Amino acid sequence: MASNNQHRTSLLVVDDEFVVRDSLSKWFRQDGYRVETAEDAASALRLMDKGPWDIVLLDIKMPGMGGLELQKRIKEIDPSATIIMITAFASVESAVQALKEGAFDYVTKPVDPDHLSHLVQNALRQKSLSKENIKLREQMSHLLTPDEIVGDSPEMKRVIELASSVAQTDTTVMIRGESGTGKELIARIIHANSPRKFFPIIAVNCGAVPEGLLESELFGHEKGAFTGAQYRRKGKFELADGGTIFLDEVGTISARMQVQLLRVIESKHFTRVGGSESIKSDFRVICATNRDLEQAVKEGSFREDLYYRLNVFTVSLPPLRERRSDIPALTQHFIRKYAQAMNKTVSGIDPSALDLLVRYPWPGNVRELENVIERAMVLATPPAIKPCDLPFQVVQAQPAANGDSLEAVERAHIIAILNRTNWNITRSAGILGIDRVTLYNKIAKYGLKRP
Amino acid sequence: MPPILLVPIPPLQPETLATLARGIVERFQIAVLTDGSKSIDPAPAYDASRNQYDSSLLLSILLRLHSAQNGKILAVTEVDLYIPVLTFVFGEAQLDGKAAIVSVRRLDERFYGLPEKSSLLEDRLLKEAIHELGHTFGLLHCRRFECVMHASTAVEEIDLKSSSFCPECARLLDQKNRMGENG
Repeated sequence: MASNNQHRTSLLVVDDEFVVRDSLSKWFRQDGYRVETAEDAASALRLMDKGPWDIVLLDIKMPGMGGLELQKRIKEIDPSATIIMITAFASVESAVQALKEGAFDYVTKPVDPDHLSHLVQNALRQKSLSKENIKLREQMSHLLTPDEIVGDSPEMKRVIELASSVAQTDTTVMIRGESGTGKELIARIIHANSPRKFFPIIAVNCGAVPEGLLESELFGHEKGAFTGAQYRRKGKFELADGGTIFLDEVGTISARMQVQLLRVIESKHFTRVGGSESIKSDFRVICATNRDLEQAVKEGSFREDLYYRLNVFTVSLPPLRERRSDIPALTQHFIRKYAQAMNKTVSGIDPSALDLLVRYPWPGNVRELENVIERAMVLATPPAIKPCDLPFQVVQAQPAANGDSLEAVERAHIIAILNRTNWNITRSAGILGIDRVTLYNKIAKYGLKRP
Repeated sequence: MPPILLVPIPPLQPETLATLARGIVERFQIAVLTDGSKSIDPAPAYDASRNQYDSSLLLSILLRLHSAQNGKILAVTEVDLYIPVLTFVFGEAQLDGKAAIVSVRRLDERFYGLPEKSSLLEDRLLKEAIHELGHTFGLLHCRRFECVMHASTAVEEIDLKSSSFCPECARLLDQKNRMGENG
């Protein structure tokens, strides 16, 4: 049957003629649709409460408010309403006007039944496609975001909690953390979970743009604003309209730019360099820094008013060495990522190699870990990454000498070299500048065992 | 279950009604009364500007004339039918109601400039009659193209479907009939 278990298609017929309302509603009810009728604009608008209506059939000519005006009102209430205009032959011009204003189609009375049923079916098909599209986009945005953050440690859980609770608001967020801890990633997650997610997030690395160009970068410039400015350019604040602007390394900007930044953040208005037109932009600010801003404020190199304007809600990212329990999961994540990208069958890591990774202090944080894994994936032979695939500094850092005696240092150094060569005795002996027999003796002396 | 009353609206060939009656008895397992004396005059429903007859108006005349009738009423005619917003209709029915009407006019090959085919016309009329009666029993349009309750806006679509209900529609019809008997 046409009436199935899914949501019943609903139709609103608005026409001042009784026979039209009566015959159309009877005709569509036989298709299993829910049909209501209204004799004029006022009752049609009242019926909008009983919506949403999948399709609204509107008579273009009615006493009082006509179909064109009513179409506008209906679109204000429900922008997704699909409107089909019903016209007499005399009013084709206004039907064209209706189409320009967003009506799905129009029909002239009397309408061929075949044409009408196809029209309604097409409208419904288009409607379900756009509904599906919205649903898929929502699913996509869920798929893209939380998955990127890896880490189960209490420190990281707290960060994710903070980020998701501030995401829904329009609050300015400051993300603190060492280089490579994932400040931009957190900014993107906040944006992706905010109501602004369908608008862009514009990232500006304030530290990477030369001081002279930062102003034009942020605010744009008019043609001829300075030598070389041959075309008008939109600035990052203008591009971020509706979305989020992410100011990375905000602690590096000059005193002059700090003033300008403060003004635009407070007023949301600015002018392009060399221009006079005031431009309004609706943006949210997320900034990040790895500097000690409080110290900079004390020293006078960072404006206190800007500091307070930016430092509304802080998310602090812990350095990787303070959340070592996340290293195995992160490692696995990057292995999977690069295995896919390089089409390699390496799917794991030897416990001894993982042990090295967990012990390393990671001054470059997650970014460094990712680079180390990427490099190791190039070298590794399936199925797993071995200690010899890891770079020198990681392997070397591992066996901290147990004391400062020559013996302790020698022992640690031999372990490091053996690990680096994956216990290849000949190569290790070569590196150490001793013969193989001596190396065997030392291994026996220090009781070393192949991991 | 009270019998279905077939009412001719002239002009109509008497044998058309007789053939249709046999087909309906077969499908619905309900007695059919054909009573030529109860025919009605379509003149009041005539619209000169369209040269067509208002089917809704004919339905209301039919209901007024046969208000004493208990069962379903189906009027059959050769005149061309319309409802005001549409250019034409093959027939019309009261959903979950009492009366229905079908026209043979656009079911006839001659309407489309083709040679007469009486067996095809009988087939089409039976399908449309069953379809409209189905509506009076509360059935809606069916998605299955072979089911008699599939909506057809062209004769080609009528020819595509069968004169029987699909299992789902048959089940619903049975259910509605039993409810009708109990109530």
